[in-house]
Amino acid sequence: MMEILDILVSATFWTAVIRIMSPLLFATMGELICERAGVLNLGIEGIMVVGAFAGWMAVYSGLGLWPGVAVAMLSGMAFGLLHSTLTVPFGLSQHVVGLGVTLLATAATYFTYRLALPQVSSPPRIQPFTEWPVPVLSEIPVIGPAVFSQTPLTYLAYAVAALTAWVLYRTPLGLALRAAGENPAAVEAQGLSVVALRMGAVILGSGLMAVGGAFLTMSAFNSFFFEMVNGRGWICIALVVFGAWRPGKAALGALLFAAFDALQIRLQQTGLGQHVPYQVFLMLPYALSILALVVMSRRAEVPAALMVPFNKGAR
Amino acid sequence: MTAGAGARPVVLRVAEVTRRFGDLLANDAITFDLHQGEVVALLGENGAGKTTLMNILFGHYTADAGTVEVFGRPLPPGQPRAALEAGVGMVHQHFTLAENLTVLENIVLGTESLWRPLARQAAARARVERLSRDFGLAVHPDARVGALSVGERQRVEILKALYRDARILILDEPTAVLTPQEAEALFATLRAMVAQGLSVIFISHKMHEVLAISNRVLVLRHGRLVGERATAETGAQELARLMVGADIALPEPRAHSPGAVLLRLSGVKTEPRGRTAGLRGLDLALRAGQITGLAGVSGNGQAALAAVIAGLDAPVEGTLEIAGQVPAAWSPRAAIHAGIGRIPEDRHAEGTIADFTLTENAMLERMAEPPFARAGLIDWAAARRFAERVIADYDVRCPGPDAPIRLLSGGNMQKLILGRALEFGPRIILANQPVRGLDIGAVAYVQRRLIAARDAGAAILLISEDLDEIQAMSDVIHVISEGRLSPPFARGEKTAHELGQWMAGHGFEGADAA
Amino acid sequence: MRLEPIPNPTLGRRLGPPAAALGVTVLFAMALAWVAGADPLAVLGLIVKGAVGSKFALLETLNRATPLIFTGLAVAVAFRAKLWNIGAEAQLYLGAVVTVLLGTGALSWPAPALLPVLGLAAALAGALTLLGPAWAKTRLGVDEVVTTLLLNFIVLLFVSYLLEGPMKDPMGMGWPKSRRLIAEARLPRIVEGLRLHWGFALALIAAVLVWLVQTRTTFGYAMRAVGHNARAARFAGIPVTSVTLATALLSGSLAGLAGFSEVAGLKGNLTLDLSPGFGYTGIIVAMLALLHPLGVVVAALFVAGIFVGADSMSRAAEVPSYIADMLLASALLLVVLALPFTRFRLRWR
Repeated sequence: MMEILDILVSATFWTAVIRIMSPLLFATMGELICERAGVLNLGIEGIMVVGAFAGWMAVYSGLGLWPGVAVAMLSGMAFGLLHSTLTVPFGLSQHVVGLGVTLLATAATYFTYRLALPQVSSPPRIQPFTEWPVPVLSEIPVIGPAVFSQTPLTYLAYAVAALTAWVLYRTPLGLALRAAGENPAAVEAQGLSVVALRMGAVILGSGLMAVGGAFLTMSAFNSFFFEMVNGRGWICIALVVFGAWRPGKAALGALLFAAFDALQIRLQQTGLGQHVPYQVFLMLPYALSILALVVMSRRAEVPAALMVPFNKGAR
Repeated sequence: MTAGAGARPVVLRVAEVTRRFGDLLANDAITFDLHQGEVVALLGENGAGKTTLMNILFGHYTADAGTVEVFGRPLPPGQPRAALEAGVGMVHQHFTLAENLTVLENIVLGTESLWRPLARQAAARARVERLSRDFGLAVHPDARVGALSVGERQRVEILKALYRDARILILDEPTAVLTPQEAEALFATLRAMVAQGLSVIFISHKMHEVLAISNRVLVLRHGRLVGERATAETGAQELARLMVGADIALPEPRAHSPGAVLLRLSGVKTEPRGRTAGLRGLDLALRAGQITGLAGVSGNGQAALAAVIAGLDAPVEGTLEIAGQVPAAWSPRAAIHAGIGRIPEDRHAEGTIADFTLTENAMLERMAEPPFARAGLIDWAAARRFAERVIADYDVRCPGPDAPIRLLSGGNMQKLILGRALEFGPRIILANQPVRGLDIGAVAYVQRRLIAARDAGAAILLISEDLDEIQAMSDVIHVISEGRLSPPFARGEKTAHELGQWMAGHGFEGADAA
Repeated sequence: MRLEPIPNPTLGRRLGPPAAALGVTVLFAMALAWVAGADPLAVLGLIVKGAVGSKFALLETLNRATPLIFTGLAVAVAFRAKLWNIGAEAQLYLGAVVTVLLGTGALSWPAPALLPVLGLAAALAGALTLLGPAWAKTRLGVDEVVTTLLLNFIVLLFVSYLLEGPMKDPMGMGWPKSRRLIAEARLPRIVEGLRLHWGFALALIAAVLVWLVQTRTTFGYAMRAVGHNARAARFAGIPVTSVTLATALLSGSLAGLAGFSEVAGLKGNLTLDLSPGFGYTGIIVAMLALLHPLGVVVAALFVAGIFVGADSMSRAAEVPSYIADMLLASALLLVVLALPFTRFRLRWR
């Protein structure tokens, strides 16, 4: 028990928590935007892989870090365009298309990787984002180093979460997006295009997912390898449910999840790790996600038109 | 042309509008004008093409041919936004409201530029409050739409149009879901609007409403405009003849002496589900050879009562008896085997499986038992024979028993559902909205079959939101309101107005104060 | 743009769009080969040759198709009932685990007694793996897509633990792999001398049985009814929850059999790379087969051929073998896109 307490009060622990949380925050907000507009995006896992690769590859090819982030985002948006074209105007199964997009995005990444780097045994490294402590704020004890001594990409993640909440609940656009996820017929009757809103949401959301993936290769680490995303996308889907489709709660869920993940990594190095196989620790985040789904399932207010295709002029 | 109307400017001009759906000519070269400050009624049976025409005016559908002009300018086709900006507002038959959003959110949706960084809540609220005062449309701006009654929702729909400065308001079957009293309040609102220079298109298939509210009547039949009359110069008989064309008379059941109680509910309570009321201690007896009509505004417990009788729900309190016996277990299968023939409210979502063939749909309720199956194996030949029999006996127009049922019209789908229920000679029949949305021929057919079943001794519960239908068909009428049941009223005992009082919740014990 | 139903689609109408989808996939493959700097037609030729060009290649394709038939059936059965089982991977591995657990000496019975027991045990393991998510779906309304996906990761870690711990082969030079099955626990070859085991025959039998169940039995009817319209099925008296759970058991056991067949038929022991994503590829197989059990056999052969052919091609040409994954993922999307056009036509007004 003392060991856990020691971990929980250390600043390095919370620094790690925020680092683990950042990619989840991007991708969770991306998924949340899609789902609030009525589209389940199971392409998330593959789109994160694409983003991780595209950002890293762009920087490796000589682009700057921020242009690299932009490339990652654009690559995600391209797959978002593919997903939404099939699921929105054509109204195809969001389950099947989403899985297909994940398979295609992953395959495209691996194919391109092998094509671009046929010979390498270990992937090359890039100079990733470095920490940029926010003046004054980073001096706050414990919280300062953890929250405000991160890379700029983490600050962008905070901004994305705050902006998502603001847009959804304070702006006409957010109202239109939420309405598209609740009753598309109501949106159409008010002269707005459900197709445009939903496609826009999926494309933007996919872009954010890709940036979440890029965080892994450009901020958390400095290289790309297969299996890097490792189910984070699916966990983000669980986080959206856990957060009851609300940005604030989902962000809180991402924080809790990250804290738990960071804790299990550290516990492996304690006395507990001597007795319990490491696989058990690694399982915990996935098990926790399932548990969160089960616990929250009864309370959640699912967008009423989630996964319901809208066929204009259906008769 | 009516005197007076001709002097006023034309606000809407529809010319030669034509629209096909596959082989069906839904609108055939329809031409008419709407003038400022007038109420034009568009009268026609279900399937006559009224809703299609209005959806073209509003831009939900595009016309295959023809033009629409609003205030002298052509309306670009297929864009609800253009219609809204030109001043056309529409109140759909099925409300287009997002239930999890507030009244205010539903009203302002799409009225501001999407790229504004902050919605103008306060100004919008003030405007909605003023409009609802001016036109007598009381509703709380911050209420969740899901918590509102049907009447309130309709007010929200009208407010949506007024908020956008609509000069032309289209109402599609607006009274179908209202009590007679609520309908009168709606008419008062419409008159106030017309007095302020708005124009109204009022779509209905109810003669008496059309005569009460309109200045002019257009009659639509089989997609064609078959008549135009000034309301003052016409009457119910002439309009009925125009509307129906060939004489399809709806059946009028002759009095019939009832028999024993076949189904009895005593003190039945169920939990409320979502926005639909649960049952609050309800007593009901269905007698052999009798049609019991259940009138009420939708959402007052009809769904809960139907679910109990159909076997989908067991009462949490109280008992259900079939021919004097309490069944050991209650499920849809138990209900079917107890001899309850069930016609569900929603034939698409609940009554049929769209991608299944007619054969598969016909056997749906009894797929696991002889003659359709033995020892878990399906006898497709027997199933097909049954489907063929239902198709022949119930006049189901279809490509054949192997065609998917989604190709059928609503009327033919309903005949198949009716056939599969009646073919096994049910003692009790649950007919939930059996003719909603059907064309007149199918309505007459279904009603004749139900009356024949009654005459053969079945106990029938007829649930409908259409008070005219209830009054025409029922031997005995109950009104349901907030999960409670009125005493039984004999045929003709209460006027529509009096039944409307009950539908609004007056007359129930301990409820008048509220 | 709107889709207008076609009342009586002709045979050409029903087969044309999926055929066009596959045609586009082939063009896409050629484009990818061109991007990779190879001769598109040569690459296609190498893939076909690598898949069916020799007896060895053909047998390799049949072997690779075997687990895909099982997982494809598992997915097809589940998807038909709108049970989104994305966890065939986990079910396959647990089926394999049970096979190894009982087949490495725990039961020393003669083969005719042992093999059926191993198969049933593996099927049961797979079935129980899916029962949890299916139960959570029916009782608690928890989306099974995410739970089955996450279970894949948990099960793979569990297998990793087993292979480094209790099930580790003491003679394995430290590699994480299990001991080998005893001889009686191995599926024999169909023809002596040819590298094709009875698992393939078992897969074919499973496909025919599933087809018979779906078309001839009330259970199959109920599964389809629940999949197409659960509300109408419930109204008609079909016990939707039980049917969903039974579907889960059937689907999971088919995936569990994939694990049994791979271990007992092909590999002889359990390693962490027993399945290169057979569970996920099963989704592609099932969708390409339009969820038809017999179609699954054809689709599995096709998919296996692409994989085997691409492997062989990448050794000869400078095109990464991941071209196969790209092809199949795009084929999946294109076929799904093509399907509505078999029943509807597009109108632009």
